[in-house]
Amino acid sequence: MVLAATDLFFLREQMAVSLGFHIVFSCLGIGLPMLLLIAEWRFIRTGDRVYEVMARRWSKAVGVLFAVGAVSGTILSFEFGILWPAWMSQWGAVFGVAFAIEGIGFFTEAVFIAIYLYSWDRFPSWTHIWFAVPIAISGVIAALFVMTVNAWMNEPTGFTLDANGNPTNVDPWKAIFGNGTTRYEFVHMLLAAFIVTGFLMAMVYAFKMLKGERHRYHRLAFLVSFTFGCVFVPVQLITGDAIARHVVTTQPSKFAALEADTTTEANAPENIGGIVVDGQLKWAIQIPSLGSFLAYRDTNAVVTGLDQIPADEQPPVNVVHLSFDAMVGIGTALAGLAAWFAWVWWRRGRLPRTRWFYRAAVAAGPGAVLALWFGWIVTEVGRQPWMVYGIMRTKDAASTANGLEWGLYLVIVVYTGLVVALIAALRGLASAELPPEMTEVDDELGGPGRGDTHAAPVDEVHA
Amino acid sequence: MTLADTVVVVLFVGITAYAVLGGADFGAGFWDLFAGDAERGRPQRVLIEQAIGPVWETNHVWLIFVLVVLWTCFPPAFASIMSTLFIPLTLVAVGIILRGSGFALRKLVEPVRLQRFYGGSFALSSVVTPFFLGAVAGAIASGRVPVGNAAGNPITSWLNPMGVLGGTLAVVTCAYLAAVFLTADADRRGRDDLCGAFRSRALIMGAVTGVVALGGIGVVRNDAPALAEQLTHRGLPLVILSALAGVGSMILLWTGYYAWARVSGALAVTAVIWGWGVGQYPYLLMGTLTIEQAAAPDATLTAVLVSLGIGALVLVPSFILLYTLNLRDDLGEASALEDSAESAESAESAESMTGTQR
Repeated sequence: MVLAATDLFFLREQMAVSLGFHIVFSCLGIGLPMLLLIAEWRFIRTGDRVYEVMARRWSKAVGVLFAVGAVSGTILSFEFGILWPAWMSQWGAVFGVAFAIEGIGFFTEAVFIAIYLYSWDRFPSWTHIWFAVPIAISGVIAALFVMTVNAWMNEPTGFTLDANGNPTNVDPWKAIFGNGTTRYEFVHMLLAAFIVTGFLMAMVYAFKMLKGERHRYHRLAFLVSFTFGCVFVPVQLITGDAIARHVVTTQPSKFAALEADTTTEANAPENIGGIVVDGQLKWAIQIPSLGSFLAYRDTNAVVTGLDQIPADEQPPVNVVHLSFDAMVGIGTALAGLAAWFAWVWWRRGRLPRTRWFYRAAVAAGPGAVLALWFGWIVTEVGRQPWMVYGIMRTKDAASTANGLEWGLYLVIVVYTGLVVALIAALRGLASAELPPEMTEVDDELGGPGRGDTHAAPVDEVHA
Repeated sequence: MTLADTVVVVLFVGITAYAVLGGADFGAGFWDLFAGDAERGRPQRVLIEQAIGPVWETNHVWLIFVLVVLWTCFPPAFASIMSTLFIPLTLVAVGIILRGSGFALRKLVEPVRLQRFYGGSFALSSVVTPFFLGAVAGAIASGRVPVGNAAGNPITSWLNPMGVLGGTLAVVTCAYLAAVFLTADADRRGRDDLCGAFRSRALIMGAVTGVVALGGIGVVRNDAPALAEQLTHRGLPLVILSALAGVGSMILLWTGYYAWARVSGALAVTAVIWGWGVGQYPYLLMGTLTIEQAAAPDATLTAVLVSLGIGALVLVPSFILLYTLNLRDDLGEASALEDSAESAESAESAESMTGTQR
């Protein structure tokens, strides 16, 4: 009986769905401990019980979010072997040490999250807050070492190839630390985690305020989380630029795809939008020479186009290009929102009052997640057809088992159910009753709406 | 002992920790499943939640530890196991998701209907997951995982006497360990009613585990003769130790030394795991791949040992802190399950009060 291996499509989609699900929880696992630290620190310093309630509620959310993050991360390590055994068999020894170190970070995180979550009321606040410090540190360390593995896949180092194409002279430290891509990917991802966390949390309170719940609690919770998201956005634009300039030299095929550069040329334009049809870019907005400038800081620089990349080494250009544009577009919009917030705060010392600001803040939550996903599509799909860039093709990494499409179906069903259950549970948590002293409507610093649904921008009234 | 052997020892430390600590958490889910309806079973479920709540995630990380050490240090073994046994392993993966999220969600939701749903998902997957993990162990131990990319039969490699034995043994062992642990936990909390309930469950499940293990001897001899040969020679001391420790833990339970019963029960499981390892040595995949054949280059093995050694400096004190706090009952958190228990209790006491007043 000869059975054909499962179509690569199913394996890749299962990996994409699993990673896309897990990455949101990873972000929250890295970002939320920071927010917890801020809230509990504010409580200790000011004695304001609003911050205590905030930290306690957030820690309940962390409890469930970390659990889902932990189990969905485990699933990925199963899938490494179930879906990509040839990749693991050949390269596990080269990049695996990074996962061993990540595992230590993850262990530490699990230990201290448990102690932190379960020791409210059992220790004085000053002792309790210290339990959050190892969580925050180990989360960042774990992220660093996971990112080294992805960086390694994009820029493989730490070995030489023998005559049969197998790795030899393996140097696992060089694979981890000798990799030029790591620093860019790590910083970009870390900031993304903070931004996603800040905007997702702020979304909850912006939504509440739009519904007319103008409590001091909601305002302060919004302020803490929204500010946390906003401060990293401008930095993220700079790291995004740095990462692109690194990619242009290390992965020309990815860069050509994300810019949709079909031809190699000097004074390459920056292409915004558009679709490549039969090797020609159509309907794009082109800004002359900006592509060359962004890539090399020189408008005359020659940028490699897809015409220089063999057909069987090109990533699917439209997916990569449009994802890149979407990521940059959302990032720019978030920067605009942050600027709006900063301007009003600076000029008037309070939050903006128009409902549009809060509508935008609600949209910023899913927006940040979308930008995260689009960014990962650029990284992962842009690396195709390679699993290990330039060395191992994705199709050669795959399992030869048949029937793996059922794994994809299963993952979709389970994760869809889980998302619904989680949203319902977290909504319940956010709607739990507040202590009476925190539900006073505070007019002083304002906020949108006043329970009336069609409140006109109150800016002019109060200005 | 070669460098690769040293790493295998580390690997088995991880497997043991996961089997004992993670196994007891799975078993707790087993008892959650059979605790009775929402009303009657609530005290047991609250105890289970308090006992495993703070530690289950840390215990779960041992599984990740095992996978990481396996794929980094013995990549061909990892690839062969995962790709051939993808069916039971996919079911394990789904079980892990449903168990973890079911457990975490149950604490968060108020309606009893939802608590029951999430609790059911936690409890049922706590039984299914160790079964398939045990089946995977049975498949490896009986030499049914050949080297290569999905080289073995995806179904008969694990759906066979050894696979079923491994799965069954895993489920009953987890349930036994958990009952022993929960007896000690209930005793420490001064809950005599729960202590008695879990004690009798532990004794029954201990007997069941003994019967499965004895019956398993025949299965191993027929279905995994190579392993049986080693278990009756090199591995014999460990097999005997396991049996003694198992019987010993039941005697300690009977006589009321619950904390020591916990230690003895854990020792019994540890001896089985190491007996399996010794029985397979020098094979990683029984009969098809030796430790040396599978081993990564020395540079990688050294790097892993160095990393884990440095990591242990942080981890060991962290573990001690967590488990000490947990055993001293210094960790606790209000949960929806307890809230509903409290409200039920206060309703009861209010009722009895009005009763006396009348």
